[in-house]
Amino acid sequence: MSSFDTDSPPPPHRRPWTLFERGLKAIGLSGRALVIAAPAIWLTVFFLVPLLVVFGISLSVKQFGRPPYTPLLTTDEGTVQLTLHLSNYLRLFTDNLYVAAYLSSIKIAFISTVIALLIGYPMAYAIARAPDRWRNILLMLVILPFWTSFLLRVYALTGFMRGNGVINNFLGLFGIPPVVMMQTDFAVYVGIVYTYLPFMILPLYTNLVKLDGALLEASADLGARPVRTFLSITLPLSMPGIIAGSMLVFIPAIGEFVIPSLLGGPSTLMIGRVLWDEFFANTNWPRAAAVAIAMLVVVVIPIMLLQKAQDAVQDNERNT
Amino acid sequence: MRRGWFLPITATLGFAFLYAPIISLVVFSFNESKLVTVWGGFSTKWYGELLADPQMLGAAWLSLQIAFFSASIALVLGTLAAVALVRFRRFKGRTVLAGTVSAPLVMPDVITGLALLLLFVAMEGTLGWPAGRGLVTIIIAHSTFCMAYVCVVVQSRLADFDLSLEEAAMDLGATPVRVFFDITLPIIAPALVSGWLLAFTLSLDDLVIASFVSGPGSSTLPMVIFSKVRLGVSPDVNALATIIIGIVALGVFAATLLQLRAHPKKARA
Repeated sequence: MSSFDTDSPPPPHRRPWTLFERGLKAIGLSGRALVIAAPAIWLTVFFLVPLLVVFGISLSVKQFGRPPYTPLLTTDEGTVQLTLHLSNYLRLFTDNLYVAAYLSSIKIAFISTVIALLIGYPMAYAIARAPDRWRNILLMLVILPFWTSFLLRVYALTGFMRGNGVINNFLGLFGIPPVVMMQTDFAVYVGIVYTYLPFMILPLYTNLVKLDGALLEASADLGARPVRTFLSITLPLSMPGIIAGSMLVFIPAIGEFVIPSLLGGPSTLMIGRVLWDEFFANTNWPRAAAVAIAMLVVVVIPIMLLQKAQDAVQDNERNT
Repeated sequence: MRRGWFLPITATLGFAFLYAPIISLVVFSFNESKLVTVWGGFSTKWYGELLADPQMLGAAWLSLQIAFFSASIALVLGTLAAVALVRFRRFKGRTVLAGTVSAPLVMPDVITGLALLLLFVAMEGTLGWPAGRGLVTIIIAHSTFCMAYVCVVVQSRLADFDLSLEEAAMDLGATPVRVFFDITLPIIAPALVSGWLLAFTLSLDDLVIASFVSGPGSSTLPMVIFSKVRLGVSPDVNALATIIIGIVALGVFAATLLQLRAHPKKARA
């Protein structure tokens, strides 16, 4: 890094941060406290408190006016009254629309995750085993779509799968009649796999590239066939990568809104879309809030699984 | 290569799957015909139309402003959070901070958007701020989820950083703030650049959160694109996509080249 200059360093008071440090000391704050406090306060105000607000409003009901929900606390002749409504949650359990939307979201997210894993695993493995000069280029090719707009990539798929789109034009060359792909659940699976595939490949790659080649050779030397080696060595060792990648696809897919509304049909039920319509079309904010809380409950377990898998990967890194 | 043909073929098919739709999108942006999928000859007229569309240009300018400010706020807050998590091993609420800083990474957008909107409405009702929604509320929302990404990028750089450099500076009498600006900052600079760029592109791309927290008259570029695309395919969106993809591809290529040149050994290892 920097070499030691023969010139003496500028006197301390000229450095701008000396003043800054003195100022901090003057008001009795250590730099360390400030470093922690700034992001902590921001996240409390703009991440944790909003979730509490959502929970609070999910316990009120829609009304006409501004804001379009009933207040939880009312003052009536000097006494403060707390009114909580459970009707939104009751509705979630009794109205078939919500139950069906939850189940269908979980199904769609699960199937898409499995497909993404089946495509992403061999790709990650191929990149990890590729010759050195290829590896960086292949990795860049995986990351590149991630940097380009998500919305525009979904749009690119509509041009591909439409009735008169690229695939059907291609099939038409062989006299095959057009296949209806758009506005089906199939299109939603393709959309989720297509847009989230890099999230599956990257953690798998990080995991597989560290796989010790000697283990595979030992297994082969002992007479195991490639399939056996894969099942009893590669697969178990890459479990943290599989879990991390799968959760990174599954969790956002559950709440996906753009993909079902651009690629799915009217019958494609997903909870993110239900929440959106509840909010924007029906302007029922308390109901939308209840849907959000219920969605959080669904994604909490996958989020904890993800955290565990990431910790395992990090521990692995520390030990090597 | 043990399983001879299987890996190369699946990898090739996988990359074809990733790139075919993007390539067709780019090709048809130069199509004369309005029918996006029928080739009617080469033309750049959709680019001209795009540049003459005041709604698109206004939305693009608004989105660029939002992305710039959000990425900058996220850079500062995300870096501070990363320093706190990596350098200060023990402090009260460390697990809570670690959890909340990474939670926005996986939180479904509809929840983040709704939660922030409800917060802004409640704050406006009780504190009188923010008055109405628009540029400021979108910047706050984007900074919050972007700082999670910045924090992850900076954290990994801080984690494999030679602590003895900082210790040496401390031993020579530098104050912690001076050590940060003189030693730490220059070393983590590449991570700061990529963190800022990542935050910038994520902010530029967000549709769902911005839709919740924006107000009348503050439609971002993704919101305008979404309302156009919902009505069907429009060739000027193809043209816009081609421009964006071109800029991103150039940026990523340049970054990779720089990285290869700066650490030829590390890249090969």
